[in-house]
Amino acid sequence: MDLPQQLFNGIFLGSIYALFALGYTLVFGVLDVLNLAHAAVFTVGACMALVLVARLGLPAWLGVVGASLGAGLLGLLLDRVAFAPLRGRPEERFAGLISSLAMASLFIAFVQGLFGPNAYVFPPDAVTIDALRIAGARLPIVQLVVIGVSLALMAGLGWLVQRTRFGRSLRAVAENPRAAALLGIDVARVNAETFFISSALGGVAGALFALAFDSVSFDMGTSVELKGLAVIIVGGMGSLLGAFVGGLVLGLAEVLAIAGIGSTWRDAVAFGLLFLILIVRPAGLFGRTGTRRD
Amino acid sequence: MRTIQIAAALSAVLSLAACTGGAGSPSASAPSASAPSATASASSSSGGGAAVEAKIGAVLSLTKAAAVYGKTQQNGLELAVKDVNAKGAVKIDLQIEDDASDPATGITAFQKLINQDQVAAIIGPTLSNTATSTDPIAQKAGVPVLGISNTASGITDIGDFIFRDSLTEAQVIPQTISTAKAKYSLTKVAVLYGQDDAFTKSGYDVFSQALKDGGVTVTDTETFSKGDKNFNAQLTKAIGTAPDALVVSALADEGTLILQQARQAGFTGPIIGGNGFNSPAVITNGGQAAEGLVVGAAWNQASDIPANKTFISEYTAAYGSPPDQFAAQAYAGVEILAAAIEAAGSADRTAIRDALGTVKDLDTPLGSFSFTSSRDAQAPAAVQVVQNGTFAVLK
Repeated sequence: MDLPQQLFNGIFLGSIYALFALGYTLVFGVLDVLNLAHAAVFTVGACMALVLVARLGLPAWLGVVGASLGAGLLGLLLDRVAFAPLRGRPEERFAGLISSLAMASLFIAFVQGLFGPNAYVFPPDAVTIDALRIAGARLPIVQLVVIGVSLALMAGLGWLVQRTRFGRSLRAVAENPRAAALLGIDVARVNAETFFISSALGGVAGALFALAFDSVSFDMGTSVELKGLAVIIVGGMGSLLGAFVGGLVLGLAEVLAIAGIGSTWRDAVAFGLLFLILIVRPAGLFGRTGTRRD
Repeated sequence: MRTIQIAAALSAVLSLAACTGGAGSPSASAPSASAPSATASASSSSGGGAAVEAKIGAVLSLTKAAAVYGKTQQNGLELAVKDVNAKGAVKIDLQIEDDASDPATGITAFQKLINQDQVAAIIGPTLSNTATSTDPIAQKAGVPVLGISNTASGITDIGDFIFRDSLTEAQVIPQTISTAKAKYSLTKVAVLYGQDDAFTKSGYDVFSQALKDGGVTVTDTETFSKGDKNFNAQLTKAIGTAPDALVVSALADEGTLILQQARQAGFTGPIIGGNGFNSPAVITNGGQAAEGLVVGAAWNQASDIPANKTFISEYTAAYGSPPDQFAAQAYAGVEILAAAIEAAGSADRTAIRDALGTVKDLDTPLGSFSFTSSRDAQAPAAVQVVQNGTFAVLK
């Protein structure tokens, strides 16, 4: 059943999920809110890359960098409009769900208004279609790059959170925002920076996803939205390593379900496995039990 | 919220009123619409110059999901009306309504055309899904309907006023398979289809039956869902069974990605697609990967019959881009209706219905056109293959 090829297919698909989940779980881990606009930011990132590469003729890597900066700015807007006004109010987390959903609708409506309902492709020479051959499996360069970038971003983000001054204030805010404020940390600024980084990661994920599959459409976020949520829950809410491993588990489970059982059973098998993991480890693979804050 | 409820209640009341009006009105209204034209037709059949006048409604999806199809249908209709009116035997007054790709809006449009505008016949609606809701209204009111893009089964079973000039998937796919089988000597194929969409699933059912009838072995059947972007796992498995061809029932977006990923995975054989692939976007977006794609179509654009060549050159001159299948079916629809009105000699709804049934061997861009006894289209299907970035006839 072409096991080496299918394993690679699974790792590639898993890195796509992981890339999307990294930014998603960062906001959750630090700010304790779920940002439902993350899939919309992902879509906008893909559209920015399309405009930069297909319309302005820039190389693909600049398209990805541009998309991440643009999406990061969008994250600042999200924080300012959808989350900051709610902070400190009762039920801020649930209100944040609604306001981020509203922002998501706005972003998607904007994209649909601008691009219409059609799918777009990149110019034929935007990314290489070359591939390596190892053990009978075909490893396209683009897919290897996606896997490499998601690994690098996870490692880089881990370093940022654990080893830098910014990371320390970030963790302080995550632990207790009031205490962090008393210690002289600018909590509003940390919040904004977290949204910038999270959304920039979402933009990178969208741009790479679009380049890897050579397809951009206004509804592309729906294919990762729910799976990204499943990945961060199984990985352990707020855990960067968990998001990465969770993504790989889901990707491999989907592909191996297709290869071993049948494509009709893909979602049933993949989500069944995630369910089993949660029964054994209710806080997720790398989640901490018990609550912080409160 | 409250305003939405009021609006909904209001529209429900309005549509109720329209329904009751519709049931009683055809006998009262048809004469008023046909009275002036009846005299006109008398003079035209006696060789006089006056044309039969008829008001025709069209319900198209000009906005939302199916707007891609509705727009070229509108072009085809308007071009055909211009041509028919220029010939002089029939004078058509065309009124186009937008159903926003939505059955409820389609119902409102049908009721308006039938009761308020008193049209003699209706062309459309764009989507089969909408037709199942709207066509019973026209049937009840005794207004002939000519579908120009409905391919689902059962549409013309709604009643004896319902016709269509669009070949169904069940008519096109068996011919696609038999032609491709002969051309590529197919003995075994792998099948992929979208399992959560009525259109791609029914396309799969027809493919599956046609393959069975043709004695072609299916080595592997894979499914996917709407919105999927990654088909590597399914394709690795399908291609691993060494099929002569891939058979794919998918909508245009997923179909294009399947083409690209199958070619990237190294599959070089023919890929046979359903009606979802019948879009220029598949070729422009698929690029090199679309080469060798085999698709059955209800319209043979490479046909060199005069009616087709004139249509293509006129359309291209008028709109700046070549027509697609939907424009051709729309154009033919107006020609068929005009032929029926001319034969009926009046704009009476029942007379047009009776005359439509007798349309036979009419020259249209779709080829020589007749209706079957069940009011479905009878015209040659075309099997096309993508070569050098355009559809060519597969021989």
